[in-house]
Amino acid sequence: MITTNTLIKKKLVIAVTGLNAIDSPGPGVAVIRAIRESPEFDLRIIGLNYESLEPGIYLHDLIDKTYQIPYPSAGTESLLHRMKYIHQIENIDLVIPNFDAELFSFIKLREELEKMGIRSYLPEMEQFEARHKTVLYKFGKKHQLMVPEDRLINQPSELMKAAEELEYPLVIKGKYYDATIANTLEEAQKAFFQLQAKWGLPIIAQKFIKGTEINIAALGDGKGNTISVIPMRKLYITDKGKAWAGITIEDPSLIELAHKFIKATRWRGGCELEIMQSATGIPYIMEVNPRFPAWIYLTAAAGQNQPATLVRMALGETVEPFRSYEVGKMFVRYAWELITDVGEFQKISGTGEL
Amino acid sequence: MKFKKNIATSDTGYIFNPGSGDSFSSNQIGTDLLSFFKEDKSRGEIIRLICAKYEVEKIQFEKDLDDFITQLRDHNLLEN
Repeated sequence: MITTNTLIKKKLVIAVTGLNAIDSPGPGVAVIRAIRESPEFDLRIIGLNYESLEPGIYLHDLIDKTYQIPYPSAGTESLLHRMKYIHQIENIDLVIPNFDAELFSFIKLREELEKMGIRSYLPEMEQFEARHKTVLYKFGKKHQLMVPEDRLINQPSELMKAAEELEYPLVIKGKYYDATIANTLEEAQKAFFQLQAKWGLPIIAQKFIKGTEINIAALGDGKGNTISVIPMRKLYITDKGKAWAGITIEDPSLIELAHKFIKATRWRGGCELEIMQSATGIPYIMEVNPRFPAWIYLTAAAGQNQPATLVRMALGETVEPFRSYEVGKMFVRYAWELITDVGEFQKISGTGEL
Repeated sequence: MKFKKNIATSDTGYIFNPGSGDSFSSNQIGTDLLSFFKEDKSRGEIIRLICAKYEVEKIQFEKDLDDFITQLRDHNLLEN
């Protein structure tokens, strides 16, 4: 049967960041893959990259054209300038940023981009800041969500006191990324210096919770309603703590936790809750990532295509919350050598476009 | 002895717990036991059937059966 859905497709130009696909992959490629699977859109996908070796740039069956954008450290003005240039050529309908570090700029520029005709579907600055690692414990206390106790560390001498209060092992975390488990003061100090050099201060010393690592991908409508929740148990974890294989699971307590988080924050857009479920079944929120995770394609495979749903919501459609998903749907990530030509590399490196 | 409602077992002896994502595989005797549990066979009947099929002393198998049930319980697969 031919339906109107197949006859009339929405023409859309969507710009997506996070095209790196290394051992700690960005979500961009998975976001694009999920959106492309939705039959209702006639898509032109614009990749936004930072470095010339982000694999997504060369995936021409997924990405129609890529433009280099300035690093977040260059400031929002610089990003706005570049977005204006790209928009003149591509007439972008929607931008989906996928890196924590760039979200501040995109949230700040939201109104200005919208005036130009570029929509986005992002949390408010207040929501974005409230779930930041450095204030997550306070956030959990406020909303009765279980978050392991932590201390903010600005100098190594503070580590000893933190260890006395929280006890070893401690999880030593960088402000934006990376975490390491320290069993002694020496290990904690080493981690402090490494993370300080990479991400600056403060460093977070968090109480260690032993348990099962679970991630939850969720989508909120900005009014407190949860549109989609998919919990995933990590089956294979890399040395960077990333899930290299995972499986969707059915646990009402995890679904309820995601609903509670989204209701409390009135979260708009995609997010990932990183959970450590203790042996007694208590789900502790270890981190909240303010964007889709790299494994987001699993939500599409399990029957709740979160990226495609976000697109519909960003376009102003009213979307009914999903009610079910396939339990036991697995992903196994793999590495694959993409072959390209030096000419392509030269083009993106030299002109910032491919 | 009953599995929790959501636990999936297959004819090949594979057990999947959708609540935790844990999965297990059992050997041939374990596979037979899973099908007997599904059919609600009594302990006595299970012991009789297994001892008839395999070369095993009744006293030894009773220990193995208890051990198997303990493992299922430890992995949170059985109703309390």
